[in-house]
Amino acid sequence: MEKKNGKRKIYMVIMRGLMGILFIMSYVLVKGIPNITWDLLSTTPSYIDGSIGILPDILNTIYIIIAALAIVIPLGAGAAVYLTEYAGNKKIVSVIEYAAETLSGIPSIIYGLVGMLFFCQFLNMQTSLLAGALTLVIMNLPTVMRTTQESLKTVPQSYREGAFGLGAGKWRMIRTVVLPGCIDGIITGCILSVGRILGESAALLFTAGVAHALNGFFEGLNSSGATLTVALYFYAKERGEFGVAFAIAAILMVLTLLVNLLAMLVGESFKRRRNT
Amino acid sequence: MITVKDLCLWYGNTQALHHINMDIPEKAITALIGPSGCGKSTFLKTLNRMNDLIPGIRITGEVCYNEKNIFSPDVDVNMLRKEIGMVFQKPNPFPMSIYDNIAYGPRTHGITSRVKLDDIVERSLRDAAIWDEVKDRLRKNALGLSGGQQQRLCIARALAVSPDVLLMDEPTSALDPISTSKIEELAISLKEKYTIIIVTHNMQQAVRISDKVAFFLLGEMIEYNDAETIFSMPSDKRTEDYITGRFG
Ligand SMILES: Nc1ncnc2c1ncn2[C@@H]1O[C@H](COP(=O)(O)OP(=O)(O)OP(=O)(O)O)[C@@H](O)[C@H]1O
Ligand SMILES: [Mg+2]
Repeated sequence: MEKKNGKRKIYMVIMRGLMGILFIMSYVLVKGIPNITWDLLSTTPSYIDGSIGILPDILNTIYIIIAALAIVIPLGAGAAVYLTEYAGNKKIVSVIEYAAETLSGIPSIIYGLVGMLFFCQFLNMQTSLLAGALTLVIMNLPTVMRTTQESLKTVPQSYREGAFGLGAGKWRMIRTVVLPGCIDGIITGCILSVGRILGESAALLFTAGVAHALNGFFEGLNSSGATLTVALYFYAKERGEFGVAFAIAAILMVLTLLVNLLAMLVGESFKRRRNT
Repeated sequence: MITVKDLCLWYGNTQALHHINMDIPEKAITALIGPSGCGKSTFLKTLNRMNDLIPGIRITGEVCYNEKNIFSPDVDVNMLRKEIGMVFQKPNPFPMSIYDNIAYGPRTHGITSRVKLDDIVERSLRDAAIWDEVKDRLRKNALGLSGGQQQRLCIARALAVSPDVLLMDEPTSALDPISTSKIEELAISLKEKYTIIIVTHNMQQAVRISDKVAFFLLGEMIEYNDAETIFSMPSDKRTEDYITGRFG
């Protein structure tokens, strides 16, 4: 009887939590979707006719994701390969793994502060998407590294022995046998990073800024620009434009759902491929 | 062809091989027998330096292959392993197509011509007596084969780099009796072209296929002789005890 009651209570708590989440989600969608118009998506904000468009923010988000991933994937996957396949000193490896673990728990605003001091001021990049992207690289490096490492560990030792036994050198062995086996880890790391970048505001406020100019990719990297999440903060807090803010919120929420769904699908398909 | 002189090997501080001396004949099957943990695999892996990968390993003595010490600094380990191939206890095909598995070695050593590769793949699969079973599914994933087929595929993969010597570490211990006898027949047919050194726990198998037998115990080689001599009149009491099943 006692046990049954306990189970019931837990069930109730979970249900209440789920209802809360559902409520927030539907509230944002109901408030946001009516405000999503083609004009909003396809124009830049103009002070002259007082209109707001989030095209620059959408582009900035895409640019910063591309730039951050382009740097963080080779860096993170490379570090993971080095640590698991080359590094001889296991103590140093575990210290680095521990540091990475710790790094991923630090509040993002601290990354923003450090990024601002180091990239924007010390390296003189000013407030720019590039500085923001580099800050995101540091934030997501541990994630990509860890997911890659985890999947490297699932590559059976016998594959490595098989390749060596045929006279393959270390680098050929890694390229042909190890890396194909850890693609799933790299992709998982990417997707998690994209999700995190979509949701990031604090670190980017400091480093990438809040401008809304329409730029090409390289031009954009060198200038200040708001991502969708930063724009959400900006329109809600500085301008009191809650309609726009909710529209962005709805877009972000849908995107986040899609990213998570993608992560799940990718994980599933790799699991299936591994089992056949 | 392979001459082992006073070989000792340590894993860290524990000595796993003690002063091994042995002359391994060409184009014959040499079987290594002995109880579990006596150093058979360790010895086998020393012959193509597969245990270079193990941290904390130390080796003294010589292994001469074609009159050259394989531990001398100017030996190219990758070339050595091309000439002294290895088949492992558990079949370990790569998660690629059957074709790519066989072509892996030749590609590693610089063969890119499609015609040549096709030829090597067919010849290796024929030599490993598995061609008829896989010729219609060369592009299918090798992991879809049965255990016995996978092991013959691994033998074909090893043959594809045209080695001189084939090291086999209990190649049939994970297989059913039918696959086992296929691999035994295969080994016998391969000894026309290759020198084979095989570790086995199965006395009958050693009787059936080997020309020479070496008996290992606690990291020492106790006795090494023609298979018939070892099995009919072993000169050491411990060998006799082992092959008559008194321990092991
Ligand atoms: N990587 C290693 N590190 C430390 N010790 C090892 C290592 N590999 C093997 N040994 C030890 O060396 C000894 C010989 O091992 P080996 O694997 O060569 O035996 P084996 O004769 O092949 O046994 P089995 O018949 O069970 O395969 C054993 O005592 C084993 O514990
Ligand atoms: Mg063994």
